[in-house]
Amino acid sequence: MKMMLKTLVFTVACAGLVATAMAAETQRDAKGISYSFEGPFGTFDKGQLQRGYKIYKEVCSNCHSMRFLSFRNLADHGGPGFTEKQVEALAATFTVKDGPGADGEMFDRPGLPSDRFPAPFANEQAARAANGGAAPPDLSLITKFRPGWFGTINQLINGVGGPNYVYSVLTGYEEPTEEIKKEMPEGKHYNPYFANGQFISMPPPLTDGQVTFDDGAPNKVDDMARDVSAFLAWTAEPKMEERKSMGFMVMIYLAILSTLLYFVKKKIWSDQH
Amino acid sequence: MSGPSSYQPKSAFGKWFHERLPIMDLVQGQALDFPTPKNLNYWWAFGAVLAIMLVVQIVTGVVLAMHYTPHVDMAFDSVEHIMRDVNYGWLLRYMHANGASMFFIAVYIHIFRGMYYGSYKAPREVLWMIGVLIYLVMMATAFMGYVLPWGQMSFWGAKVITNLFSAIPFVGNTVTTWLWGGYSVDNPTLNRFFSLHFLLPFVLAGLVGLHIWALHVPGNNNPTGVSVKGSQDTVPFHPYYTMKDAFAIAVFMMFFSAFMFFAPNYLGHAVNYLPANPLSTPAHIVPEWYYLPFYAILRAIPDKLGGVCAMFGSILILFALPWLDTSRVRSGTYRPIFKQIFWLFVLVCIILGFAGSGPPDNYFLSHEAAPPDEWHFTYKLVGQIATICYFAYFFPVLPLLGLLESPKPLPSSISDDVLAKHKPTVPAE
Repeated sequence: MKMMLKTLVFTVACAGLVATAMAAETQRDAKGISYSFEGPFGTFDKGQLQRGYKIYKEVCSNCHSMRFLSFRNLADHGGPGFTEKQVEALAATFTVKDGPGADGEMFDRPGLPSDRFPAPFANEQAARAANGGAAPPDLSLITKFRPGWFGTINQLINGVGGPNYVYSVLTGYEEPTEEIKKEMPEGKHYNPYFANGQFISMPPPLTDGQVTFDDGAPNKVDDMARDVSAFLAWTAEPKMEERKSMGFMVMIYLAILSTLLYFVKKKIWSDQH
Repeated sequence: MSGPSSYQPKSAFGKWFHERLPIMDLVQGQALDFPTPKNLNYWWAFGAVLAIMLVVQIVTGVVLAMHYTPHVDMAFDSVEHIMRDVNYGWLLRYMHANGASMFFIAVYIHIFRGMYYGSYKAPREVLWMIGVLIYLVMMATAFMGYVLPWGQMSFWGAKVITNLFSAIPFVGNTVTTWLWGGYSVDNPTLNRFFSLHFLLPFVLAGLVGLHIWALHVPGNNNPTGVSVKGSQDTVPFHPYYTMKDAFAIAVFMMFFSAFMFFAPNYLGHAVNYLPANPLSTPAHIVPEWYYLPFYAILRAIPDKLGGVCAMFGSILILFALPWLDTSRVRSGTYRPIFKQIFWLFVLVCIILGFAGSGPPDNYFLSHEAAPPDEWHFTYKLVGQIATICYFAYFFPVLPLLGLLESPKPLPSSISDDVLAKHKPTVPAE
């Protein structure tokens, strides 16, 4: 039994040590900035999500869709914490295509909280045509499908780093060296954090002071990249706070249950040896 | 399988019912009073864990199926609908997805436990073979389940795995077209995978019934491997093992919950949150972690048909295990050399898992590609060496070891062994 455990521990330790190097992509690892929602007890910073929403609305939404999100979600528990009145007002600032009406024609109307976020382009082809051949990806799940780093142990400890990936791409534009410049296709930009090769079609989207916040929060590129990546973490995993708080209760419940079961088992077996 | 039931109906209704359907007699004989060796350790609890996991998967799966749409244009969106709009949908889906991984963790421990303690040996060969069949059906079920969200890895994984059948000589392409229901992985494929993914768990439940039936004829093996000699060696299953298993299940549920609530996507692939796109191949197509050792074996053989044969062979060889192991001693505890070789075999399986996880021509556990000219320490080479070791365990190591090894003396009975271990130590004067 002892021998068995010893070997098992050794095996797992060996596997763990070598596993850290495992990676799938050649992208540069994302910057390891920290967020309020990391760890088993982390929650979203409502102010940050509201600022992130504003950046999405004013900058990203010109090219990127957000198809899994409805305006009503902005008032959901565990989200940016807008009030229902605010959500109604902010939905109305979008124009939504509806219909067909009684005359058989489609018509435009102001958005309602129940509407999904409208897409900036009618279809993928239109998005490609307007963006030099590269369709801007939908952002609802980007922090889940784009890992910031790889490695079996690394991801177990640090998570997949999706928000860090978004932050790193937004702040990671670099002046290419002469060597790299020769390889760079026309109309592309050099960004070593980008997942599909180091050349990205998106021009640097943020500039210092581009979006102003009502609470006077700092609006350098770095601050805005943090805020909008946090917002995109929420859009990908809107039930995160509910999940963690339920998980906490479940763990406590199971810990008490296992302890009780252990003593019951011990009592029952006490007549055996 | 009439058990040693002492069932006596207590009420008039009980008596009336018993005469018409003696099911309570079966429950009492097979689930409550069933004589079980008194020395089973916690490695034996994984059978009960697996039974619970099957129930968890079926219950969550049936509810998920109420909200899921098996259509190439809607499958991905319906999964996000479950995650966002269905009450506790996120909980159901994370429980089901992580539950599959937990199911495999438990089944691997269960299989290795059987291998260490020689639970496959006479008279339990049929029990073992039904177990291997359960494992095969589990793999098919999990594979088809992973296709359903219709993300990038779902689609490309389905493509790679179904393409394996095209290696069959002469009829390969016909078989593949027949499996797909068309000329590519498409809507008909998704529809049939959904249907089969719903059906197979119930087939599994039936096989589990047979597995337990085949277990209850010879009774449990035990850590000494010595057969039960009499009632002094056993305890009734209830309450002794019901409570011991309940404790183990609660602890396992904590492990399960840690993943489900705090790292729900760790065991999956990030790229599967990108909708399937037949025009864009992901950089690396890798199966779920529980298939990686077999994927490594598949890639170890340079020939496609050879690879497919080796991969299926690596599982099918388990059917022959009861006859490959020539040792008459069941438990590895009394086989000093086997014991070490067994743990090497476990290590080989883990190494195979890592060998299956990376691009074949990269240096092992690195993202650097090796030049194609000479021999390099690549994922592929590691996979090839480990594949040889894997098969060597079954042949010739096990057959020879049984003949050459001299086992340690066995205890005369289970109760003697238990008493020897719990002898009160006499304090020195």
